[in-house]
Formats: sequence, C-alpha cells, structure tokens
Amino acid sequence: MNVTKAEVHVMRLDDYVPLLGAPEIDELRALAGQLSGRTVQMVNSTAMGGGVAEMLNRVIPLIQELGLQPRWDVITGGQDFFEVTKAFHNALHGGPYQARKEDFDLFLATNELNRQRLQFDCEFTVINDPQPVALIEARSKQEGHWIWRCHIDLSHPNADVWSFLRPFVYRYDAALFSSPAFARQLPIPQYLFHPCIDPLSEKNVDLDPEWVSSVLVRYGIDASRPIVTQISRFDRLKDPVGVVHAYQIVKRYMDCQLVLAGGSASDDPEGEIVLEEVRREAKNDPDIHLLNLPPWSALEINALQRASTVIVQKSLREGFGLTVTEALWKKKPVVASAVGGIPAQVIHKHTGLLVHSIEGTAYQIRFLLSNPALAQKLGEQGHDHVREHFLITSNVKRYLTIFLHSLTHS
Amino acid sequence: MKKADHPFRFVTVSYLTRIENQTATTLGELRDGLEKCSGGSIFYHTFQSLGRHHFLTEGFSNDFAQWVLAALNYPVLAEQLAAPDIRGYLTLNDLRSDLLRITDDYCRSRSEEVGRVAFEPFYFCESVEVTIPHTSEAWTLEEFRRGLEHLSNQSFHYHFLVSRLRLGLRTNDFSLWFENELGLPTLAQRTNYIDVYTNTVEGARAKLFTFVDRELAA
Repeated sequence: MNVTKAEVHVMRLDDYVPLLGAPEIDELRALAGQLSGRTVQMVNSTAMGGGVAEMLNRVIPLIQELGLQPRWDVITGGQDFFEVTKAFHNALHGGPYQARKEDFDLFLATNELNRQRLQFDCEFTVINDPQPVALIEARSKQEGHWIWRCHIDLSHPNADVWSFLRPFVYRYDAALFSSPAFARQLPIPQYLFHPCIDPLSEKNVDLDPEWVSSVLVRYGIDASRPIVTQISRFDRLKDPVGVVHAYQIVKRYMDCQLVLAGGSASDDPEGEIVLEEVRREAKNDPDIHLLNLPPWSALEINALQRASTVIVQKSLREGFGLTVTEALWKKKPVVASAVGGIPAQVIHKHTGLLVHSIEGTAYQIRFLLSNPALAQKLGEQGHDHVREHFLITSNVKRYLTIFLHSLTHS
Repeated sequence: MKKADHPFRFVTVSYLTRIENQTATTLGELRDGLEKCSGGSIFYHTFQSLGRHHFLTEGFSNDFAQWVLAALNYPVLAEQLAAPDIRGYLTLNDLRSDLLRITDDYCRSRSEEVGRVAFEPFYFCESVEVTIPHTSEAWTLEEFRRGLEHLSNQSFHYHFLVSRLRLGLRTNDFSLWFENELGLPTLAQRTNYIDVYTNTVEGARAKLFTFVDRELAA
C-alpha cells in the first residue's frame, strides 16, 4: 500500500483580483499574516474525481501562497475498503445497510495501515469525510488541532454506521459541516463550512463560445434547441432516473434535449450499474444524451453547463451539490431538490427554484423554459450569491478564520 | 482638509458560523428558541443575515421571518418579524424582546398554529467573530476614502452595522468618526441614514463614496 501524494495545480491569489476585487484578497493576506509558517495537513480518500479532491487541489496552493505550510495526503486502500466506505456513505445518507462486523474490521484495519504510513506532525490536521475518520488514533498526545470536515448529509444516518463512527468524531476539536441540517448532537463545536468552487479552474473559467459549440457537436447535441442538463456522477442518490422521468414529462409539452453527464471517481464502484439503469429508462430516445465522462473532462463539463438552457440537480440526498454552485456561477437558471446543502445555494425564487418531486422538477423546468427573462434574473442573482459565499477564496478565508479561532481558544 | 486627532482604524473581520444544538420544528419551538438562544444567535439571524444576503433587496432580511414564511407559510407573522429595523437597537436583548413579543402575540391569537410542524427545521446558529487591525488607517477624509476602497464587504458591514452593538449608540463607526474627529455632522447624518434594507451592501458603499466625494469637492 502506497501513500498517494495528490497532484496540486498552481493558481495565484492575484489571479482572483479581477473577479473579486483587491479588498477581498488583501483581507486574506491580512488574516494569513497572523498564521505565517503554521503547518496544515489535509487528508482525504481520493486524489481525483469528486468535489473534495477538486477543492483541495485548489485550496492548498492558495494556503501555501499565503504563507502557511500545507500538506495533502490521500489514504489508500483496496477495492474492498472502498466498497465498504461506499456502503457507509450510502448508509450515512440514510440508505439501507446491513451491518457486518467484517466491514467495520476492514475499515479499522485500513485506517490503521494509513495511520502507520502517514506522518501526523502538523499544527492543524483536517480529516475529510468518514473514510479516514479513525486516523484520529494518531493523535496520541493533545498536540495540534484536529478538525473533522464532513462533506456529506448526516441528517438521517444509519444508526449502526453512525454509532461506529461517532466515538472517533467525538475526539476531534471541531467538526465542519456543509449545512446546519447535517450537524449531529455532538459534544464538540460544529461550524458551518460551505464547500466551494474555483472560478478559474477548467470547470468554471470562461470559455470561447466556439469551443462550447465544438463540444456540443462532438456529443451530437443540437445547440439550436433547449438543453436541460444534470451534471453528476451516475449515483442513485443523484436520481438520474428521476431526471429522465421529469424530462419525459416536460417533453410532452415542449421540445428539449436532456444531457446527463457524469464523471467517475476512484472511490465509487457503483457508477456503471446506475448508468445501465438510466440507459434502460432512456429507451433509446435520441434527445437523451448519456455521457460517461472520464475525470479529465473538466472543460467539457464546463462547456455543457454553459450551453445549457436549464440546469437540474435532482438529488435525493446531497452533501452540498457543487454542480449547483458551478451552474449558478455560470448564471444558469437552476432547478434543484431541496436537500442537503442545496437550499443554502438555491434561495427559492431568488437564486433558483427548489423542488421536491419528479413532477415538481418537470413543472419548474417548463416554467423556466417558458420564461427566459425570469430565468436570466435567477441566474444573475445566483451568480452574485456564489461570488459572495461559495468561491474558493471564501473557503480559504474560513480555514484561516478557524485556525485563528482555534489558536486563540486553545 | 481637517486632520483628525485620532485616526479611523479599519478592521479586517471574518466570521465563522457555529451550529448550535438547538433547532425548532414548530412555531412554539421557535418561540422557546428565541427566548433561550444566545445573543450571538440573535445577532447571526438578524444582523448577519442582512450581510449574508446583501445582494438581494427583496425578500426578508432576517432568518426568523424567512423561515416562518418558507417553512410554516405564516406570511403575517413573517412580515411582523421582518419589521424591526436592526438599526434601532442598541442591544441584542432589546431586539430579542421585540421578536419574542411579536411571536407571543401571534401565538396567542392563532393558538392552533403553534404546534404545526414546519416543512423544514430552523437551525439556530451563532457567529464567531475574528478581527484583526487592517493595515490602513485614515487621518483625513481623503485617506478615509482610500481606505474605504480597500475594505471588503464583510468589513464594511462590520463598521457600518455591527458597530451599533459595539458602540451601544444609534450610529456607526463611520458617522461617529466623521462627527467627532472631522467635525462633519452633516456627512455623519447622511451616512447614518443610508438604508441597508433597500440597498445592497455595494449600493450602501457606493452611496457613502458619493457623500464623501461631495464633501471633498465642497
């Protein structure tokens, strides 16, 4: 088993000034000035694919530029470990799970192997999500500040899995959640920590319209007709089948195309099965485009979002829903389920439309397709909302703030 | 241009949102929460919510009113809870008392609605504030203008609105300094009258720039 050092792309703070203004960036520098030279370790379970890896990939270089000393470590494990953590993930989201002792044993054994191979000597250690939560065992003395960053919705966790994980969580100094609804009754302080997108990443940077058109041509999508898109992994909790059903209702009333484009992550073995389920429901409709994109498709996803008339995120459960953030940043009207962190982004009738069912999704898609001026207004207000709260610079600011707060309250 | 005896010291502020273990799923529980929650929580759901959604000039600017409308569909109470102007309060306990009084009055008149379960819970949160001195300070109005250019929205909100609680006065950091240090009571008053409910934070800041520029040109 080898420790993976994740690849880090470099972006400079000054690159964000044209988007956010100099004051916001100056204030990051002012806050960071109090933390110069402090060491930070971020740990998660995948270096590529999924929102967490994307965020870390962007946050860490900025923290480094601000004068702190960050390090990013990725735990490793076999296919069986990631099947267990995927089952835990679904169970923590409220899905069915049959507790098995061997699953818990494998989880602990893999965490222990990673604990032995990784080095834990930083002043701030941020453990992301449940997969590496047991690494808190590495905290032999009360040194440093250990923070658990939970990106998933824990509002209805499976009791067996949560009971197993909870004692580890209790030993952290603080827990960070993407929404107040995810927080549990914990004896440690819990903070709201919105995830973020990077406006300068390949997935969000402005694109040449010709490139956008070329992507549509490549995937056989008609640019002259409305495009309804959901970008998500092929995961049951994202309800891609429900999106197909909503599209089929819309299609009875108006012409449109549906794009379901999903990446894949190394810690998600379930994607192929779900994609097959969606194919069955799509019934060879030529206006349904199912795109199983590889992890290096950020520019293509960006183009698909920019080309879309309406963007949907019909998740049944959601951590935060960074694809919603991406859509809002691109000033797109969004129809999204009122689950997880989505209501923090989509303020109903102000920055998008919230829905609770397939029928509601279909109705709001039709409403937006029929009212382009309102759709545009929602998109613009959504963009402002993201600019203020959900960009990478806000995330860096929150990290600096919790580090400063931890130092003054330790 | 007059030079102040004491400079205006700009502050960099950043907030964490602490999630409390207190929630409400009915109006009755919201009422109890209003009574028992921390001052920091009242601050977060009123003063801070105005700053968080500053890009909107429509909808309710405090979280209690927003939840009562969106999760309980009680528009009358929502309007009443949104009515108190936070600029009129010098302490959070005064604001809490008014919010409680409004809620109690409503509960008395519509007792059948007190126990109805909301569409989604209300989560009480509170702000954790971290401040550090900004690098710039101003001794004159010109220097103040330059400093204002380098202030983020959050820090502007801190000086312009949050300062009322800190000062315990019906004014703000900017107006206080204009009046006491520069002898400019008219500018102080105009600044204090900028309406934070009908302007975005950017809009409020643009107005302040206009007033300062007018004063500099006079």
